[in-house]
Amino acid sequence: MQFLIDNFPLLWDAFLTTLSLSLLAGVLALVLGTALAAFRVSPIPPLRGLSTFYVETFRNTPLTVVFFFIIFGLPQIDFSVGFFTGSVLAVGLYTAAFVCEAVRSGINAVSAGQAEASRAIGLTFGQSLREVVLPQAFRSVVPPLGNVWIAMVKNTSIAAGFAVSELTASMQRLSNANAGELVLVLVAVVVGYMLITLPSAYAISRVERRVAILR
Amino acid sequence: MSGVDKWFGELHVLQDIDLSIDRGEVVVVIGPSGSGKSTLCRTINRLESIENGEITIDGQQLPAEGKELAKLRADVGMVFQSFNLFAHKTVLENVTLGPIKVRKQSKADAEKRARELLDRVGVGAQADKVPAQLSGGQQQRVAIARALAMDPKVMLFDEPTSALDPEMINEVLEVMVGLARDGMTMVVVTHEMGFARKAANRVVFMDGGRIVESSTPEEFFTNPSSDRAKDFLSKILNH
Repeated sequence: MQFLIDNFPLLWDAFLTTLSLSLLAGVLALVLGTALAAFRVSPIPPLRGLSTFYVETFRNTPLTVVFFFIIFGLPQIDFSVGFFTGSVLAVGLYTAAFVCEAVRSGINAVSAGQAEASRAIGLTFGQSLREVVLPQAFRSVVPPLGNVWIAMVKNTSIAAGFAVSELTASMQRLSNANAGELVLVLVAVVVGYMLITLPSAYAISRVERRVAILR
Repeated sequence: MSGVDKWFGELHVLQDIDLSIDRGEVVVVIGPSGSGKSTLCRTINRLESIENGEITIDGQQLPAEGKELAKLRADVGMVFQSFNLFAHKTVLENVTLGPIKVRKQSKADAEKRARELLDRVGVGAQADKVPAQLSGGQQQRVAIARALAMDPKVMLFDEPTSALDPEMINEVLEVMVGLARDGMTMVVVTHEMGFARKAANRVVFMDGGRIVESSTPEEFFTNPSSDRAKDFLSKILNH
């Protein structure tokens, strides 16, 4: 126990790093993923093509490779980002592809009549998406988006390999220095991740019940 | 509309359709299933595109896509068979969405007018419910109010009573008859012959993607000129 108390500041810092990495990447993924989903269903073919290309590229590339591209590849074209920013970009850009697919499935689940009715009262494509289709689509994709979020929180652990002192990095550091306390270190790190994911799971099911719509 | 053709793949659903509707006229389109009557109705606000011919509303050619088309659709009210009320919005919000977003009315003005319209169609008391809490007949009347809120030049009704219980058909038809009396220009695709007799200025009978007959209701129901219409009427009016 004394070991944990001694190392609490380090673990707490690591936890906060994981949390901020997750939140920033999560916002990026949600905004970009939603835009990509809107592109994917738009009447403009080049936008649809762009979105499909993006999704297939990021969804089918291992996240570690995305990290390498952003942190070591971008400087090759004279565009350097720091390790933390690079990690946010890598996780966010990668996760956006999955958010896009989840939101798109929600859009497809909204009946065609809803979009027809909104066009019939004179809403433009963008207005119909914003006012009618997306609000209904999001309601039905709360559970899959929750899955994406939880997977993403755990995916931030790859940043440990790129000089970001988050939870997994602190685990490596503490266990290397204190081999005798290995199990304790592992448990502490797992608890750190769960402090983010378990409340998320609870919040997700709350949100799901709150926004459910009568049909 | 003149010389309008539409195909669904190989299927020629609208064949060389010529139809002109005067302001204030109520045109009822009847015909067997698959005759193209719903498609005809949906081409008028371009929910279905056409391959040939042209459609003009109030002297203005139907634009292809984009903002111009949205503007035109705002002037053309549409009521669907399956109501299509916005499921996540209250009844009041359903009616005010178009006026606020498209007509740029203030929320207060739009709500005042929406409540008047909801009262007019007899569902004023349901304003704060969501669509799923309403009966089919009530939902369809809300849909009519939603279309009316845009002050349309013409109203399209695509089988507005086909999804309703028999008891609820009348409450919707009464609202429509009222509209017709008030001089609204209407195109109504329906199987309700009673409505056609009561409210129509003209009956258009379609079969196989063509307009077979176009005449006054009296003439159509008592003395149809085509064999196809005679055959159709004999099947539906005999019981």
